[in-house]
Amino acid sequence: MRNNSISAMASRSEEQHDSEIRRNQRKSFLAKIIIWILLILAAGICLLPFYSMMITATHANADITRKLLLTPGSHLIDNYQRLVDVVPIWRGFLNSLIITVSATAIGLYFSALSGYGFSKFNFKWNGPLFAFVLATMMIPGQLGIIGFFKLMNMFGLINTYWPLIVPAANNAFGLFFLKQVADSAVPKELLESGRIDGCNELQIFHRIALPLMTPAIATLGIFLFIGKWNEFLQPMIILFDNSLQPLPVMIASVRNQFSVDYGAQYVGIAISVVPIIIVFALASKKIIGNVMAGALKQ
Amino acid sequence: MFAGKIDKSRYGYLFIAPFFLVFFIFDLGPILYSFYLSFTDWSGFDTPSFVGLANYERLLQDTLFFKSIYNTLVIWILSIIPQLTIALTLALILHEKFIRGKHLFHAIFYFPNMVTPVTMGVLFALIFDWQNGSANKIIMALGIVDDPVNWFNSPFLAQLIVASILMWQWFGFNMLVFLAGLQSIPEDLYEAAEIDGANKFQTAIKITLPLLRPVLIFTMITSVIGGMQIFDQPLMIGKGPENSTLTMVMHLYEAAFVRYEYGYGAAIAYGIFVLIAVATAFSMWMTKIREKKEGVS
Repeated sequence: MRNNSISAMASRSEEQHDSEIRRNQRKSFLAKIIIWILLILAAGICLLPFYSMMITATHANADITRKLLLTPGSHLIDNYQRLVDVVPIWRGFLNSLIITVSATAIGLYFSALSGYGFSKFNFKWNGPLFAFVLATMMIPGQLGIIGFFKLMNMFGLINTYWPLIVPAANNAFGLFFLKQVADSAVPKELLESGRIDGCNELQIFHRIALPLMTPAIATLGIFLFIGKWNEFLQPMIILFDNSLQPLPVMIASVRNQFSVDYGAQYVGIAISVVPIIIVFALASKKIIGNVMAGALKQ
Repeated sequence: MFAGKIDKSRYGYLFIAPFFLVFFIFDLGPILYSFYLSFTDWSGFDTPSFVGLANYERLLQDTLFFKSIYNTLVIWILSIIPQLTIALTLALILHEKFIRGKHLFHAIFYFPNMVTPVTMGVLFALIFDWQNGSANKIIMALGIVDDPVNWFNSPFLAQLIVASILMWQWFGFNMLVFLAGLQSIPEDLYEAAEIDGANKFQTAIKITLPLLRPVLIFTMITSVIGGMQIFDQPLMIGKGPENSTLTMVMHLYEAAFVRYEYGYGAAIAYGIFVLIAVATAFSMWMTKIREKKEGVS
């Protein structure tokens, strides 16, 4: 009798406990659903302008003006034709590629060279000079822009790609990043063995250090590439010939020249977004991982 | 052997020499030359003539310069508050274990950060065009307004649109930075809080936010430096009604490369530099003060 009542009580409390757990589970399940919906909604809003851009690029101006467009139309080729008749957008694409690839290559090589120099050579001014490099990162880019223009003019380098490419060798962030890489990825013992084998210092850098730093160099390359690809003010100031301009400056001129031709403008900006989508699709894991890793280093 | 080692260390200068050579020619040279030009009157063709402090005197009386400072600050504040709120909320959500496909969401939210700023400016100018843009078409279809909103006719709305470009372009970056900060918080802290009976909200306020402080400071300082220099996107939007979207760097650009007043443009550049330095120092000082206060309590 007594035993029975105890077990009855126990089972009742167990039931209560169970239903509480179930209620909690249901509540947190509901919360999870709401969070999921919010997240998907946020992703949708984030991509909506790009979707609208792609869709609108395929419609005739009359339709763009009149209605809300949600599905692809059939005027992409017409819009594209009007665009390329006036603005040499693929030439701009090629110009961007030339400037960006050479500037990235130079930026990577000299960032690695100087980062390695700071990492492996204990020269007298190492500390102060490195602090100086870090301090230059704080200088805003526009401070010297007028002097830059005037000096390039004096050197006769205006309207050439040199002022856009050569300064890439001086990238404080790249130096900082690759110095840290050289610190951790290039062991001193290997360099010593290279010296014993009779390599000179530059050969040691090229044959031993550079291969060890390659993965990090590739990562930095993505960021230098994107930064240079998006650059606008400097080429606009340095280059006079429209046919020499890179893509961002061409896009800006599309805006000015097609003030009421919306279809052509949409095609123009869509062309500038597509390569970024491709790069991102190929390297998004690397890019995102490095943005996050970079945040912790600061 | 020992002497050889000391000798080797001097090779380091050769490795860093190209970096500094390019720095002196293409960076420091132009900066110093700009400083000289800021004391001259120069229109690009004749030789610069020395005018003393005239450009700086003019700068202090230039109402448009002060307006551009005000515009830049308003646009920055309008973009930074929702930007950090959204970034932090999304980071907290995406840090939860039950979310699947995290990488896809990281990628979607970060993507706008990589798109060319000029393209973003043109895209938003097109979307918010009051007669032809899809923004008006959408809110009219949803029944929020009856007549199209003339966005670029109102100074505040124009500033809001420039701010929303920046917000859209940078929230994903800040979200990733916050996520990195969240991942660096040790798991056992949360377990201890759970044992003590803290709920989700309490752990967020008492554990997550204080430990995210260094990361928050980092984003604040970088966004101050970046926000003061916005140019590409607002240039595509234009100066706006009553010059409401004219930013500091746009003012510099117009003086130097539209009106060809290079001397005065150089003075504006140094004015902007001083403002950015002050803003950066101020934000660092603010975070220090808060640190001290919290240290006492």
